[in-house]
Amino acid sequence: MENRELICIGCPMGCMMTVTLEDGRVTAVTGNTCKRGDDYARKEVTNPTRIVTSSVLVEGGELPVVSVKTREDIPKGKIPETMEALKAVCVQAPVHIGDVVLINVAGTGVDMVATKNVQAAAGR
Amino acid sequence: MKQYDIVIIGGGPAGLAAALEAKKSGAEDILILERDRELGGILNQCIHNGFGLHTFKEELTGPEYAARFIGQVEQERIEYLLNTMVMDISPEKVVTAMNREEGLFEIQARAVILAMGCRERSRGALNIPGYRPAGIFSAGTAQRLVNMEGFLPGREVVILGSGDIGLIMARRMTLEGAKVKVVAELLPYSGGLKRNIVQCLNDYGIPLKLSHTVVDIQGRDRVSGVTLAKVDENRKPIPGTEEFYSCDTLLLSCGLIPENELSRGMGVVMNPVTSGPVVNESLETNIPGVFACGNVLHVHDLVDFVSQEAASAGRHAAAYVAAEKRTQVGTEPGQQSGSSITIKPQGGVRYTVPSTIRPQRMEEEQILRFRVGDVYKNCYISMYLNGERLAHRKRPVMAPGEMEELKLKKEQLLDCPAGSELIVTIEEA
Repeated sequence: MENRELICIGCPMGCMMTVTLEDGRVTAVTGNTCKRGDDYARKEVTNPTRIVTSSVLVEGGELPVVSVKTREDIPKGKIPETMEALKAVCVQAPVHIGDVVLINVAGTGVDMVATKNVQAAAGR
Repeated sequence: MKQYDIVIIGGGPAGLAAALEAKKSGAEDILILERDRELGGILNQCIHNGFGLHTFKEELTGPEYAARFIGQVEQERIEYLLNTMVMDISPEKVVTAMNREEGLFEIQARAVILAMGCRERSRGALNIPGYRPAGIFSAGTAQRLVNMEGFLPGREVVILGSGDIGLIMARRMTLEGAKVKVVAELLPYSGGLKRNIVQCLNDYGIPLKLSHTVVDIQGRDRVSGVTLAKVDENRKPIPGTEEFYSCDTLLLSCGLIPENELSRGMGVVMNPVTSGPVVNESLETNIPGVFACGNVLHVHDLVDFVSQEAASAGRHAAAYVAAEKRTQVGTEPGQQSGSSITIKPQGGVRYTVPSTIRPQRMEEEQILRFRVGDVYKNCYISMYLNGERLAHRKRPVMAPGEMEELKLKKEQLLDCPAGSELIVTIEEA
């Protein structure tokens, strides 16, 4: 039996949790104050994932970049590849929240979507 | 002179939530004044996720959270002016503002909601010795450059201060290819949220050096390195502990200061602990009809709580305007409100918002927000009304970086005599 101490990143409460593992299987999670904490703890010790947020270039927009995120969390190990893939992305204004800017990023099966509305620059 | 029932200074999360709730509470004539080119305030550059878990029960990024509120403001047809800087507010609630279209102009408000937010503590305020080379940014400036303007301000980075923006930028700069060498924090504990230590520093192997500070900045034209040293319990650098880090960029994340020049200018009484206005249960300042909410009132960790607080200010401002319209001109509705309870923070509780409560005026449930001055483990947070214990809540951990709250019910306070005192304090287990 092994106990691992974790701090939940599910919300800013930052609950301190203990995960009990037996032969690599989670048998108990304590210290969490909501279901989200339990989910996070189980994932974190088996397959840690994160939502990745960044920005990509915009052409013809009122801003030079638009913020983006992975629509869902992706494996932590895929973060560098995801960032690399975003470097090549340039979208055309206007961009709207939820627009897909990159499909199936880094082979994760998860799309990268815009998180901000960027209108076309005036006079274009 | 133009007239509005409620003028809201600032179109960030606090201003937006205050406007919406004021409208919902029956106010009609509302104007938001925003100095940036768009509504949303600081949320526009906070592209990371974790916003809205309380408000929308889902995890949003800053711009998405802002967009939900902006969408509602548009839908409700609440008026706003962008690129408009408020220069002055008089005690009579005449707002002087300027923008490119109208030049300098004045607006008479019945009620004013202060929602100007806060700004970062600057290098000058920190007294860091050394030259003044390029490459020293506040964490928030770097955040805006990277996330909105598309620039990476440096390649090799040292961060001073472990406030949340600094932690978030440690991760963000790393993801964009910069090398973040270390985060140094003067205090023996982090000023940021625990979750940000985990997901921004630990995830990327960035060391956090507690009880350390910058004692020298090298480089004449551009930063070429900084020297860190360990500090003793009086926060004085310990000779012989100096360590040099070569870097081209120093980010400062050393605390946020409410932006209250306008409030001071109109004679609003300030709380020296929060650097924000002293307010009563309605989030009303000493000037009747002038309310404050969000980071201008006290610096928050969570936008969800800003929205909640601002909604309360919006509700109270709407009620003030309605009452003022009912009564004759000349009577101040804030004046005839019964007895007032003074809240006294003690024993490690640094302040409370609000500072006073008029039981007759409070809502059924009142949230009391506060911060503690040190890290406390396995303690109780207690509330005493004239010596009688009202609350005694166990807290496994409390830290200055995380805001605390207590709830008060109207019925608990209704019968208490004039001049009552409510003590909020930390007690050992």
